[in-house]
Amino acid sequence: MQPQRRTIVTTAVNGTPVETLLDVRTTLADFLREEAGCTSVHLGCEHGVCGACTVLLDGLPVRSCLRLAVQAVGHEITTLEGVMQTERGKTIGRAFVEQFAMQCGFCTAGFALSLYHLLENAPEPITDQDIHETLGGHICRCTGYVSIVEAAKRLRDQRG
Amino acid sequence: MKPAPFEYIAPESVEQVVEVLVQYGDEAKILAGGQSLMPLLNMRLATPGIIVDINGLNELSYIRQEGEHLHIGALTRQYRLERDARIRQTVPVLAAATRLIGHPPIRYAGTIGGSLAHADPAAELPAAMCALGAELSVVGLSGARSIPAVDFFQGPLSTAVRPGELLTEVRIPIRKNVVWGVREYTRRAGDFALAGAIILAEMEEDRWVNGRVVLFGVEDRPLRVSHAEAVLTQRALSDDQADVVAASAVTGLDCHTDLHASAGYRKQLARVMVKRAYLDALAMWDGKRENAAGSA
Repeated sequence: MQPQRRTIVTTAVNGTPVETLLDVRTTLADFLREEAGCTSVHLGCEHGVCGACTVLLDGLPVRSCLRLAVQAVGHEITTLEGVMQTERGKTIGRAFVEQFAMQCGFCTAGFALSLYHLLENAPEPITDQDIHETLGGHICRCTGYVSIVEAAKRLRDQRG
Repeated sequence: MKPAPFEYIAPESVEQVVEVLVQYGDEAKILAGGQSLMPLLNMRLATPGIIVDINGLNELSYIRQEGEHLHIGALTRQYRLERDARIRQTVPVLAAATRLIGHPPIRYAGTIGGSLAHADPAAELPAAMCALGAELSVVGLSGARSIPAVDFFQGPLSTAVRPGELLTEVRIPIRKNVVWGVREYTRRAGDFALAGAIILAEMEEDRWVNGRVVLFGVEDRPLRVSHAEAVLTQRALSDDQADVVAASAVTGLDCHTDLHASAGYRKQLARVMVKRAYLDALAMWDGKRENAAGSA
């Protein structure tokens, strides 16, 4: 057990093993963008408020700006790139387009990942309050949220 | 890269953590869920020399009941406090208070011990520990010691944990027939509370005993207001009484003014939060009495 300044980080991003030598102060968000090529991970506030950098860690939504890359060793990371390979991810994408649930798109990946987690895991029934609580962890400066909530409700109603 | 350079170490036992803390002293900072420390690192408000990552210490992640106490390991993630059946059954106010923390992704990562050791004056869990009469265990070179919650919090981001010690567990006494309310005011969902209040009491026939009134976000630490607790348990229980309890709770309160709220506004919010928490507890009491009458 020795303190380290640089270390080799081995993890799985969207099912693909990634191994990189990193400065230990590298955040998970920067690692995902710069080393794993997952540019869907957006950095907005960098202190956990805006939700744009949300990723799934072992299936749970977490802020990747509030985690060191070295903490991801031994864990599975899923970003929007991974989720969009799934049927549910594609359904979420279609609902966002059809409901105009995005404009500039900066926040969209975070919203989509939190919603994906809700739709995958929440016991029936998903209430409007569940949706508000889930989406409440994300900031969108374009839409005014109504269209995102509508997309979420539609996805909930179609959930199978 | 946002944080200033630091060294990183991930000890594999509580003993190793203590060794590292003793060796590095003030230079060391413990990383638990990271939901408070990482923003400080990213903004370079904190520049520790070495980060001690305790996330590998699975032995500190547990919720178990032993007799009349609930034992919760310091590394237990906050979302488990919200959902755990034993907590919802034995100390439901803890589940409710936890649900007010940040957003779901914060609670998937954040830990109970991290929130307590960080000791933000506006945080929900320190206030809940004071209301519940919890004892907090810390471990250092000379072994473990136990600190009552009300003595643990000593100021903003300041606790009774000494250099070289690690918070390992909280123990909460389980009380029966409890009514409670927890309320906070935030500008936006998930923000830090401008003011919050927890009310807790045990039902005894037609009155309340062992009342607790705790405020948070108003002074430099969670505040038990004993004169309001006396009012809570000595007078008749009614909707009108809510105003009396609330007025008592903020009497002599020394709020601070900051960017987000003036002292006067904060005091007013605290008064209203006490009132609402009281009315929640009262509604719970009415409900329980109706249930009891219905089944008799």
